[in-house]
Amino acid sequence: MRIARFNTKPPAASGDEQDLSLLDVIIAKHKGKKGNLIPLLQGAQELYGFISKAAFDKLSRETGIPLSDMFGVATFYAQFRLSPVGKNIIKVCHGTACHVQNAVEITESLEEMLKVKDGETTEDRFFTLESVACLGCCSLAPVMMIGDQTYGKLTGNEAVKIVKNIRLAENN
Amino acid sequence: MAITVTVGLGSCGIAAGANKTYAKIKALKETDKLDFKLKKTSCVGMCYREPLVEITDETGTYLYGEVDADRAVEVIEKHINQQDPIRDYIVYSDLFDAPENDFIGAQVKIVLRNCGYMDPESIEEYESRDGYKAIKKIAEEKTGRDVVIDTILKSGLRGRGGGGFPTGLKWKFANANKSADKYVICNADEGDPGAFMDRSVLEGDPHSVLEGMIIAAYAIEATGGVIYCRAEYPLAIKRLNIAIKQAHDRGYLGKNIFGIDGFDLDIYIKEGAGAFVCGEETALIASIEGERGMPRKRPPFPAVSGLWKKPTNINNVETFANIPWIIIHGAEAYAKYGTEKSKGTKVFALAGKVRHSGLVEVPMGMTIRDVIFKLGGGIKNNKRFKAVQMGGPSGGCIPEFLSDTIVDYDSVNATGAIMGSGGMVVMDETTCMVDVAKFFLDFTCKESCGKCTFCRMGTKRMLEILDRITNGHGREGDLEKLEELAYQIKDNSLCGLGQTAPNPVLTTIRYFRDEYEAHISHKKCPAKVCRPLLTYKVDEEKCTGCMVCLKNCPVKAITGERKQKHLINQDLCTKCGVCFSKCKFESILLS
Repeated sequence: MRIARFNTKPPAASGDEQDLSLLDVIIAKHKGKKGNLIPLLQGAQELYGFISKAAFDKLSRETGIPLSDMFGVATFYAQFRLSPVGKNIIKVCHGTACHVQNAVEITESLEEMLKVKDGETTEDRFFTLESVACLGCCSLAPVMMIGDQTYGKLTGNEAVKIVKNIRLAENN
Repeated sequence: MAITVTVGLGSCGIAAGANKTYAKIKALKETDKLDFKLKKTSCVGMCYREPLVEITDETGTYLYGEVDADRAVEVIEKHINQQDPIRDYIVYSDLFDAPENDFIGAQVKIVLRNCGYMDPESIEEYESRDGYKAIKKIAEEKTGRDVVIDTILKSGLRGRGGGGFPTGLKWKFANANKSADKYVICNADEGDPGAFMDRSVLEGDPHSVLEGMIIAAYAIEATGGVIYCRAEYPLAIKRLNIAIKQAHDRGYLGKNIFGIDGFDLDIYIKEGAGAFVCGEETALIASIEGERGMPRKRPPFPAVSGLWKKPTNINNVETFANIPWIIIHGAEAYAKYGTEKSKGTKVFALAGKVRHSGLVEVPMGMTIRDVIFKLGGGIKNNKRFKAVQMGGPSGGCIPEFLSDTIVDYDSVNATGAIMGSGGMVVMDETTCMVDVAKFFLDFTCKESCGKCTFCRMGTKRMLEILDRITNGHGREGDLEKLEELAYQIKDNSLCGLGQTAPNPVLTTIRYFRDEYEAHISHKKCPAKVCRPLLTYKVDEEKCTGCMVCLKNCPVKAITGERKQKHLINQDLCTKCGVCFSKCKFESILLS
């Protein structure tokens, strides 16, 4: 993750009209406190779903933390996203218990169905497919999580069916 | 005694649908005006039977398993309305032989003493179960700091995060360094894939962790406390926040707490941002300080210069949860359990190909075989037990023939694995050990912070070799190269991540060398996992000619007419496995 992330593309422009004034509350809360960099980034991500270039610029300008430090920290931790994500994030667990019970098949089936690679977002920005380290429900392996709903004891076909149903339900 | 109905609402229970069960029972209670107390609790460890509902009445305790919303209606109707417990659904009872009585009976619950037995969001319930009694005892008896540290030292408690360093000694060092500001940190960054002990404790009994931290803070004269918790554990964070607020309201946190003059303590939660290396204590401190979580050289140890360069004591969740029990019951009572050098109990997260996956707490010294077969119920689908992985990415695979190894730090270390934080992932004959080694190395390679060259580049090179072995391009000499790299990485890395990253590879080479050789020399995967080494064939007996595989084959390697046997063209086949997973008649054979 950390090494792969050195090749990360620069953060996306804010694109969709982001209301940067929302950041003011977060900045006011953390400005000047020691150890505030991660909470600042977490706050920004919670607002917009990812941290855009404009958000980086504003945070840096108003807190005085150099942009290089911010980018260094943001690319180090897996939690931070530098590009927009889909409406539903599908987290496929690849912990040990899931791995030995064929989690690979779930990711592959979903990749095929959604026509995206692991870590990517579908064209309609409806789903983002992600592999995560361990969701901690090892007894239900293999599992995936969409929103705050966990689905356990899956097969590739079942996972595809669940995702299809979500898309159907939201289209109606 | 009134009837109490308790629903288990830990993460695993919720994932299995316990919220729906709870809502159903609540609705039934309200519409039918039923007379019982409805309560929530957390994980009792029997994850494989979730959702769990416990009914307690004047006769005793009945634990129902796999209670979905429909079964809940049935159970309430029969048990509550007709006073006729449904024996078939009961998994544990103190009245008669139920299927899981042994699972509970063989355990010794110290860390998990409250998990699954009380509402984790209620400080009253914690107090009714000896909660905050330990710190009150210290305050009332005016126990000296040295005496508290000495008690922990005598109990023989060793760090449960995996390192196994004596906790009392750690406290002693932190206490010896005088400073106006000191910190106590709880390491709740449980990152090992396949381990979920700390999550269950935080979700099920957050106050015991707080109390352990308060006692540690008293012992080392700390002025601030931080719980560094994974952001992936939202329920644990929520319940910790509730617990901290309740403790504040009672005056258990704040100024002059427990009437001890000058004992001021505040505890706050710091959410991790997703980096495995932050489980290492110096990296964790860097992360709290808002930096990239990269370890630094020790000494100075955190006990001398830790958070904000002040003396700091860091312990793991499970370690803290032990502390109040030890203070109340005494060091001897704790040291009674365990082996000569590893005292007390250890919580394990059983997962993988084992029948009873869940959480168990056993006294140190039990054999691995007993944990897996007595508590774990043996291997799923009557397959053959092959190995157990202990210690996550830093640990190793212990083969079947060593399963009489006892659970204690030194015995497990002697096998090449480590005790680790307590993940036990069980593997059967269908697990490929080369693939498992590759899986862990892929994990550590991605999680390496990049500071030390050997860890950064070495793990990558090892992964490349494993990749080519599992892809059928293994070469003579690859094993020797892997071993050489492994020892260089171990010797030249600064922190635990790099020093232990090669362990999964080393232990699998040591115990399953023949499996590596089959991959390299014969281009075969005996467990039939590594796809590029397999041949896919149609079983002519079973094939119904349904055309499903044919339609799904991405390279059109399958030919055949409807209702006639199909054929796979081996020259075109890319071994993607789609036909195998799509076939409903199990008629695609692997060899």
